[in-house]
Order: sequence, then structure tokens, then C-alpha cells
Amino acid sequence: MTDVTQEQATPVADRPVVGESFNVVGTSPGHHDFVDKVRGTLMYAADWKLPGMLFGKVVRSEMASARIVSIDVSAARELDGVVAVLTAEDVPYNAIVEHASGGLGELTVPQPVLAADRVRYVGEPVAVIAAVDQETADEAADLVHVEYEPLPGVFSPAESLAEGAPLVHEAGNVLVNWRLERGEVDKAFSEADVVVEEVYQTQHVEHAYLETEAGVGWIENDVVTLRVSTQVIEHAVEIAEILGLPANRVRVIAAYMGGGFGGKEDTTVEPYLALLVWRTRKPVQMVWSRQESIMASTKRHPFTMSYRTAAAKDGRILGMECDIIGDAGAYPCLSARVLFAGAALSTGPYKVPSLRARSRAVFTNNVPTSAFRGFGAMQVVLGYESQIDAVADALGMDRREIRDLNYVEKGDAVTSGEPITTAVAVAETREKALARLGPPNPPSGPGKVVGQGFGNSMQPYGRTIWFRDHASAWVTLQSDGTLLIRSGVTDLGAGQAASLCQIAAEILGVPLDDISVYIGDTALNPPAGGTFATRQLYMSGNAILRASRKLRDQLAPVAAALIGTEPDDLEWRAGTVSRRTGQGELTLADVARAAQDAAVDTSVLYTWRAPAGRFDPDVGQGGTFPDYTFGTHAAEVEVDVETGAVRLTKYAACHDVGRSINPMRVRGQIQGGAMQGIGYALSEECVMVDGNPTSTLFANYLIPSSMDAPDIMVDIVESGEGRGPLGARGIGEPPIGPPAAALASAIENAIGRRPTTLPFTPERVLALLDQRGGDDLSHAEEAQER
Amino acid sequence: MMRTQVRLQVNGVEHELWIRNDRTLLNALHDDVGLPDVRYGCNEGVCGTCTVLVDGAPTSACLMYAVQAEGHEITTLHGMADPTQEMHPLQKRFLEHGGAQCGFCTPGMLLTAKALAERKPDANREEIRYELVGNLCRCTGYTAIVDAIEAWMKDDHAEDESPGATGAASSAGADAVEAGA
Repeated sequence: MTDVTQEQATPVADRPVVGESFNVVGTSPGHHDFVDKVRGTLMYAADWKLPGMLFGKVVRSEMASARIVSIDVSAARELDGVVAVLTAEDVPYNAIVEHASGGLGELTVPQPVLAADRVRYVGEPVAVIAAVDQETADEAADLVHVEYEPLPGVFSPAESLAEGAPLVHEAGNVLVNWRLERGEVDKAFSEADVVVEEVYQTQHVEHAYLETEAGVGWIENDVVTLRVSTQVIEHAVEIAEILGLPANRVRVIAAYMGGGFGGKEDTTVEPYLALLVWRTRKPVQMVWSRQESIMASTKRHPFTMSYRTAAAKDGRILGMECDIIGDAGAYPCLSARVLFAGAALSTGPYKVPSLRARSRAVFTNNVPTSAFRGFGAMQVVLGYESQIDAVADALGMDRREIRDLNYVEKGDAVTSGEPITTAVAVAETREKALARLGPPNPPSGPGKVVGQGFGNSMQPYGRTIWFRDHASAWVTLQSDGTLLIRSGVTDLGAGQAASLCQIAAEILGVPLDDISVYIGDTALNPPAGGTFATRQLYMSGNAILRASRKLRDQLAPVAAALIGTEPDDLEWRAGTVSRRTGQGELTLADVARAAQDAAVDTSVLYTWRAPAGRFDPDVGQGGTFPDYTFGTHAAEVEVDVETGAVRLTKYAACHDVGRSINPMRVRGQIQGGAMQGIGYALSEECVMVDGNPTSTLFANYLIPSSMDAPDIMVDIVESGEGRGPLGARGIGEPPIGPPAAALASAIENAIGRRPTTLPFTPERVLALLDQRGGDDLSHAEEAQER
Repeated sequence: MMRTQVRLQVNGVEHELWIRNDRTLLNALHDDVGLPDVRYGCNEGVCGTCTVLVDGAPTSACLMYAVQAEGHEITTLHGMADPTQEMHPLQKRFLEHGGAQCGFCTPGMLLTAKALAERKPDANREEIRYELVGNLCRCTGYTAIVDAIEAWMKDDHAEDESPGATGAASSAGADAVEAGA
């Protein structure tokens, strides 16, 4: 605890950043969004009200697999206050379009907006209602009578893959089958001194953002306008298709989100709001209840991961086989891409010269799974970290030593054969996390055993490079010296907008107070491509950096002429421009007005394009991700040998973020990601019985509370090498990867058996204790007491 | 559904509403009174995003019907700290420590912390964590929230009720906060 206090007492803002010195980058100012949030004045998606506004409600399937015989909406329509009840026949183009993995071999399966003749999961929308208030809309939903004829369903990938299994979709039950292969795998295994083999199982997990899916829609300028909680305003194009309208007739505005974590990457309320608005020509609000959010929103994929690792007796890993099966649920969503990331990251930060990795996304009659922080690359961390620990144990090696021998380095090839192009500081993050964790505490009493462990991870940031990703940013210096930033970026709460301000402030010397940032609007802002895949600092950060530099270069000759010096002799700082010596100071307002007089533009719209590449799905090699973020978490647990309960007593996390643009936000991402990973490791699971969800309340879907974990102690490494602006790496997703592996290792250290099935509930830990037997345990306890 | 005329005393102002008897206090405050700082999170009294103070005690507004709130003093975040006035020192500590990320849980956290401070001004870190158990946060991992509340608990609270005063909260971090505000 003392460590924590000292760590907290050190102002993060004062930490030196690598390389050149900065004025604004590397500090942690309280931006506009933070101020609105602590004042309680931020207008989220549900905080929008228009005259005559109606309230929407989705009617959802109660069956996991059934034919729709009939839908009777007459009673609902007759209820006082109901304005519209829409079913499949009212939808102009009844398919939510997903441009899934880029056409690399996955099935094309349409997902209806409203089910027409068949339902495939519990919670699937079958009708949508608008009424004068929410209570009436809810009441009407109960009056919609759907007659179903039950059909056989499949409720796990194993059932779905079985011969003669009922088909979820006519096209087949396997959405995609990825293969990555390199080296000589069979030779590696035949020459190995040791082979370790294990199957790891993960579970369905809910994002559980505190703000449920929400939005308000209206018609303005004959354009269907939706102001919603979304990570991706670019879905406007798909919504226009659903309505049968040209793309320029739908506008999406993204409110600052009350959390997203990938769950607002697919469309949520948008198609339903759009239909109701279009049909009623009235403003409509829709807010999903917590229960429907947990029941029917997309989930994290349960992975079944079968690993085999071959190693030489000196500790070198020679080869690996990895087979991953992911439960895609009833519709594709982003499953093809998630499973690709699983296979591509299946070796983690280790050199594996020979690899055969395969991953399949399999349809079931469970709730659809899709994007969730970590996106397939986080489930595999439990697999590759457990495997390398097992190899170390089999060879009697130290777990740090075996890693030092096998860590990838800059220039080494990853699973797809392409080289890593930036520094790999994972040994450093590990040492920092372990040092921060410190020596183990003694058990708090009899019947308790203490263990420590750590886990490394490697998480991509940026989209797979075959998408030819790009982002635009638009900066304008006003005549009074203030700056406008316009960007289509959406803000999850991680400071996506604020970091753009910070970078622009650094380059142009505009004080943060003098910057206004307008984000998330398909009509008024240049596209930034959605906030997911830890891509916005990388993409929009590079765009704003270049836009700002270009604007500075455009204005420099004007300023230099006024001051009487050369353009490269200027210092841009604190709202002024001067010679580097400090002489001849002008305000930015002086420069802006002079530029206008000289007919020099005071505005720059810049589009940054990420390096692109190709992946060959037949050969299983090619270009995959732009770059990676590495890190290590270390945990200490105390296990109650009577109950199997695991109490997390200490936790330390360290990542290499390249360069920390805003240290407080970086630390916040690491702490929050770690906690979400801790919930995943210890308590969270969407339990389903034959596709019927049984944990749809916060009372039985258990995200961590303030009592469930200790302080998350953070160290930040700045290697100075990343593909983001000024050498930054993305940090949004990476911290959710290591917790499950760190906890598995700590539990193993405490009880002598390693858990392989998530979450590590008391029941599962108790089963491991039973396997191990009483004698061994009392011995372990005695050893710890000594 | 029956409707009733209700007088609600919210943040020192009386509001007269004509509402369904089954309207929750949460919906009445958010939609009818127009307070965006009282938010829907779960409607089952678990997450704490709709926390308000009812006669000073933290209460989930989703678990109370608006008609039940008549005759009680209701305080929302905007009552604890008027958005037109200088920030409350606890809000400054939240800014300084990064106690808000998406911000959705923040009003509930602030109200719960304020009620704790009134009951137990010297609460330690573990007691703060215990008190916050009814306010879920999915972004911060709680550490920064506990840091902010702990720092505020240790501040000199003489200035809390007198906006405009500065004191213990004017650390380097708070200055940065002011710049951002």
C-alpha cells in the first residue's frame, strides 16, 4: 500500500518523455470532456429531447431457434398512445450489412433488421414500437403476439460442428476457417525434447458499459438524423441502405459515449430508430433496458483453444500448433475478423519458427458475438502464457529465463511472416511490473495460501492493413487566434477528442483553452473511421499531427515576414509566434489576420493513410496488423482452500506505450482495462441454458465492484517507438489481455494446479484443489506458514 | 394507468408534476424535471448511476416511484455543485486524479462520497472502497476514484461551502485543471 501512495503522489504529468521536449504532450490537463463529466453537464445520447418526441421499444424473440408462424400486432396497435408498430414487411431493405473481413473467404450471411420467417437467438428483434411515452411502448411490446414453431437448435460450437447438426444458416455453420502456417511444424515436433499440450476454454462476456444503447432520431432537411451512442458514425451508409435512401439522406451524430468497449461498434439502436423516425416523421428516442442490453447485445467470443508447443531442452520454442474455435452466435457481425486476430496473435510475444494455427468462427443459436476490447487477441493470452509456463516447468527452467530466451525482437517475423518494425520492450515491462508487485504477503490466516504470477501480452493496434485505413482531420485558425478542430472521431470516454487537442496545441502553440473540438458527425466532420481496434490515436492522431504541421508550414512565411526572419526560425508557443530567441513576438490572432490579408488559407483538411498490405488466405501468410503494444501484469492472490475463493491482494501493470501523450489518460486506460480483465478472469460469465440467458441483471452478471480488487499499480514504459503520432502506441485494448494469464499463474503458484477454464470461480478452483488432494495442500500451507 | 399530481423538492426548488403512478423517481428527474445528471443504468438498484440524496442519504432513484418522493428533500449532483458556480473541491480532485473516464457513473460517485464525508469525515481508503460498492464503474478500475476521494478527505474542508475560495485543492494538478476548465 505504501508503494501505491508514493506512486500516486508522483505527479504523472512531470514524468520526462523520451526524446525532444514538449510543452503540452506528456502532461495531463483536465480537458473539456472531463470538466463536463465531473459537473454532470455532458449530454449523453439519452439526454436529448425534442418536441413531440416518441419513445421506441424493440420486441424480441423469446425462442432461440424457431419458425415464425405469425405475428399479431393488432392489440399493440390499438393501445392508447401507440403510434407505430413495425415488422419485417415494413423494412425497405431488411438486412444489416456488415462488410465483414474484407472478402477473404468468409460466408456472406445477411442479418435481418427484423426477423421475418425465422428467429435464431433469444433477443432477436421481431418488431419495433413507437409510443407517446416509454411506459406505453413497453406495455405495447407485451401485447405483440408472435406464434413460433420451435426448431432444433445448436448451443455450442461442438454441437454446431457435429455431423448432421441443424443448420443455423443454409450457407453452413462455419462462418470462416483461417489458417496461418510457416516453417516445418511436423519436423519441429519430431525433433522436440519436450511437448506440452492443453485445451483452454473462455466464456461469453458482456461489455457492461454503464450507459446502455441509446439514441434520438429526427428528420431535418429531409435527412434522417440520428444522435446515438456509437463508436462508428460510418454506419450511416448501412442505415440509408436499410431505409432504401441515398447515402446522403442519413446523418449520424455520435454523442460522447458512456462506455463502449467494442459493444457499440456494430449498429445497436440505429436501424430501429431510423425506421420509426422514417415511418412516423416524428422525433423518436430509444434506450435499451439493462436487461435487454445484457440479453441481446453482442458478446465476447468464447474460445476453445487447443495448444501444442514443442521446445528444445535449452528452452527454445521450436514450434506450435494452435486450433481455435470461436462461438459466433447466430449472425456474423465481426466474428471473422475476431477469429483472424486470434490466430494471428496465437503465439504472443514469442519467437515460434514453425507454426500451424487454425481458427474457425462457428454459428450457434446463442447471442451473436462480435467486437469487445481485445478482439480475439486477448483470449489467446491465457493460451500462450500458460503454454510457455508449462514448457518452463517441464524443463525445470525459471519462467522469466525461458521468456528472455524466446521473446520476439524488432525485425523478427510474426505468425504471418512479416517483421516487427518497432521496439519490443516486453522484458522491461515485465521487470517493472514484478518490481512494483514486490515480495508476497504472508497468508492472512489459516486455510489460506498465497501465490504470485505474471502474464505478458502482445496486442495489435490499428485495423488489419488490407483495409487500407485512413482518417481525416480539419484544423482552422480563427481570426482571433483560437482553433477549431473537426474530426469524425467518436469518443468512448478515453479522451479520443482531447488527445487531438493536445497534439494540435503542441504543434501550433495554441493554448488548450483556445481550442474547440467538434467530433462524430457524418454531415459536418471529415471521416475518421470509427473508434475501435485501438486505432484512433494511431489514425486520427497522425492525421491531426500532419494537419497541424501543414497549417503551421502554411502560416510560417506570413509570420516570418511580419517578424522579419526566416520561417524555420519560429517558435510557436502559448498562443504566440516569435523568433527562437524570443524576439518579435506576435499573437496567433496577428498571424491569422495577416494570413487572411495575404490570401493564405488558415485552414487545413488532411487525410492520413496508413501503410497498406495484403494477406493471402490460401498460403496463410502476408500483411496483418500495423504494429503492436506489449505489456506485463503481475498479480498476487490469496486462495481460501476451504471455499476455493480467490482474493486478489496486489496488482501491478506495465505497458510500453511508445510515447505517453497524456499520462493520466494512459494510466486510466491501463487501470480500467486491467479491471475489466480481472472481472473476465474471476467472475464474469453470461450463462445460457440452451440459448436462454440466465444472467441478464447486474445482480447476477458480476462486474467488479470497488471491493473486488485492490489498487491497480501502474508503470509506463516509453520506448519512443510506435507508429502513432510522435512515436505513440495505442493503449485502449492492450491492458485487458494479461489479467487472466497473470491470475492463472498466481493461482497455480498458490495451489499447485493451473486453471484452464474461465472464469476462475470458487467452484472451479475447489475442483482443482480436490484433484490435487488434501495431503499436498496442507503441506503447501505449512510451507507458507513457515 | 392512474396519474397523480406530485410536488417534488429537488435541489431546493419545488417542481409540480402530473405523472403516472408507476413513473420512477429516476424518469421523473431525468425526463420531467430535466436533470441529465441523474441517469438510467440498470433499473434494478445495483449500479448506482441514478444515485440521488433523499434527505441526505444516497438512494437509487430507479427503485423509488416519484410519488413516494413527495415530502422529501432530493439532491442531485447539480444540487451538490451548481454547474453555474465554481467547481466543488471534490470535483476538482476527480479532475486532478482522472476519477472520470466516460463520466456516466461520476455524479453517483460524487454524491456517495459526499454523503460518506458527512458521516465519516476521516474515512480511510478501505472505508471509501466499502462505501462505493453500490456505485459501479466500468472504465477506471476504481483506483483513481478512490485516490480522488481520499485526497479530498485529507483536504482542509473549510472552503467546501464557500465557492470562490482556494486552498488545499490548489495544487499543481488543480491549476492544470483550471486551465482546462
